[in-house]
Amino acid sequence: MDQNTSQRQQVYAWGRLQPRGHVIVPASFADEMVAAIRASDQRPLLCRGLGRSYGDVALNGDGYLLDTARADHFLAADWEAGVVRAEAGLSLDALLRACVPRGWFLPATPGTKFVTLGGAVANDVHGKNQESTGTIGCHVRRICLARSTGEMLDLSAGEPLFAATIGGLGLTGVIVWVELSLLPIRSATMQVETLAMAGLDDFFRLSTESADWPYTVSWVDSLARGPALGRGLFIRGRHAETGALAAHGAPRFTVPHAASYLLNRGTISLFNFFYRTRPWVTGRTIMHYDRFFYPLDSLSDWNRLYGGRGFFQHQSVVPMKNAPETVRSLLELSAERGEPSFLAVLKVLGDRASPGLLSFPKSGVTLALDLANRGEGTRRLLDRMADLVVAAGGRLYPAKDATMSGEAFRAGYPAWRELEQHRDPAIMSDFWRRVTADAA
Amino acid sequence: MKDSGLVVVLGATSAIAQAYARRRAAAGARFVLAGRREERLNVVAADLLARGAASAEPLKMDLSASGEIERAVETIHARFGPPQEIVVAYGILGEQAAFERDLAAARAALEVNFTSVALWLLAFLKRRDAAQPLTAIVIGSVAGDRGRRTNFIYGAAKGGLDIFVQGLAHAYAGTPVRFVMVKPGFVDTPMTAAFVKGGPLWSSPDRVAADIERAVRRGARVVYTPWFWRPIMAVIRRLPWFVFRRLKI
Repeated sequence: MDQNTSQRQQVYAWGRLQPRGHVIVPASFADEMVAAIRASDQRPLLCRGLGRSYGDVALNGDGYLLDTARADHFLAADWEAGVVRAEAGLSLDALLRACVPRGWFLPATPGTKFVTLGGAVANDVHGKNQESTGTIGCHVRRICLARSTGEMLDLSAGEPLFAATIGGLGLTGVIVWVELSLLPIRSATMQVETLAMAGLDDFFRLSTESADWPYTVSWVDSLARGPALGRGLFIRGRHAETGALAAHGAPRFTVPHAASYLLNRGTISLFNFFYRTRPWVTGRTIMHYDRFFYPLDSLSDWNRLYGGRGFFQHQSVVPMKNAPETVRSLLELSAERGEPSFLAVLKVLGDRASPGLLSFPKSGVTLALDLANRGEGTRRLLDRMADLVVAAGGRLYPAKDATMSGEAFRAGYPAWRELEQHRDPAIMSDFWRRVTADAA
Repeated sequence: MKDSGLVVVLGATSAIAQAYARRRAAAGARFVLAGRREERLNVVAADLLARGAASAEPLKMDLSASGEIERAVETIHARFGPPQEIVVAYGILGEQAAFERDLAAARAALEVNFTSVALWLLAFLKRRDAAQPLTAIVIGSVAGDRGRRTNFIYGAAKGGLDIFVQGLAHAYAGTPVRFVMVKPGFVDTPMTAAFVKGGPLWSSPDRVAADIERAVRRGARVVYTPWFWRPIMAVIRRLPWFVFRRLKI
């Protein structure tokens, strides 16, 4: 037991592409987070929560990582009004366990509950109800931000630094706590309807026909080509009116370290075939929110499935007027390259604006797909996909990205300079270095 | 809610104590949270209240100040009534080599980890009304199972505690007083911040807390957590000397 933390530790992002050396600074209470940003010998610093960002927004190679996942205390909870204030390290998992039995739910949730509140705000995450409810940033009432100057700022809507911090990739300071409004629910279960899509036209038709379903998403067989392109399942849901308010249980399975290359073209086509054609798949059903929102959470460490070289995720949003054509081209590109994708997800995003300066969602269609890392070929494919997105007036999601060029980023997020002005000089990330290095 | 028994947590900001208290809070328990750092005790109290605790009162004090223990127990009884559960979760891990250089530090570690804990237990038992049920949960360590070169100061204190609690359990057999000796292995907490973590032997505070909860429910007297430490320590205790002396553990 002579290992010591002052040594650098190799840290992976969720995509497990390339570990980078960091000094880890652990925080268990808010006061330690504040001390870390004030310490002049721990720079550059970056907060890291539960490490679910795919690329490099939560990496800070050769620098310091403030591990906030233990600073996970509720600081106040008004269960009558559905307002909670908690340290940034509180996981959505823990928040759900506390709020669901009391009749509250997350106003917006990503596809995993194993993210921290601070990370959710820093990436301004959205979920299947983005069209009706917006991003999580739309429901943040206040943020406490610690800066390297020693300031502790209590920010709320209307302040420039509040807007910069929502979706600000952790760059504006250390998010110490967040105050969030929750969504009332009467049941922990969801009414869910699953419909077959024969192609992309069905996706657009079903999306417009689902206005009375707050949650919509669709799963696409990314190996389908030609007329079958875009075939898959359209899934829509709403909170049920009756049923127990029972929170979720613990994850059931863990992917072992040795599970390399379980995902290949063969296994994925098999999975896609059975997933799409199981006879009980379509129709209406009632299911627990855990199955509806977080199907992959029951499988711990599923990111290991892509093998030793890791994987990429492409998630983009394209304005509606260009969406049919661009989404088709993106799916064609990935299918013809023969890069199998386990998860390809399509969803319409609405125009409810987030207060966030660099928020990802905007009105249009978002496509997300995972691609195993096969080296240069995969990177070239991702570049071509990014080019298509930018040409269509769209942008890529920093939380998922590991490869986009500075040019593509800056074209998608013209407000980036404002964020740079609000950035705390003691904070840096590998992502921010990458996309701003070549800026004029 | 259903369970409003009083839980007194000594060392309430420790990671294991917090994880356990959160589980009890969800069932509606009342808490007295004792420790040194008032600001953090307030945070833990707010956290437990949000998670369903019926009440949570911080009690700022130096838990190792042996002279104040009886008075503190009296205060707790007077203000909050008799405790249903006591959780002793404070302690110093320290560094063996530093203890060997600095005898004052060694003495402090022995006093904090053994003497003061023993006195807290005696004080609560002395003040207790005869019919009052009480469960005392004491966080020991697998390090107390056999003296090893890398941490025998800490190990001796925890091993002493093990014997002490064994004796108490013997003395209180047949009464409504129960003792749970918890022996965690490597737990990823701020106490072990100096170690590089990860690997199959490392556990989380919540896993330890779940094991404690189960042990309390089942009435277990000693709980190794996670469970695999029981066979590991059984082997280590029984290793013949000619093998053991060569081990760098």
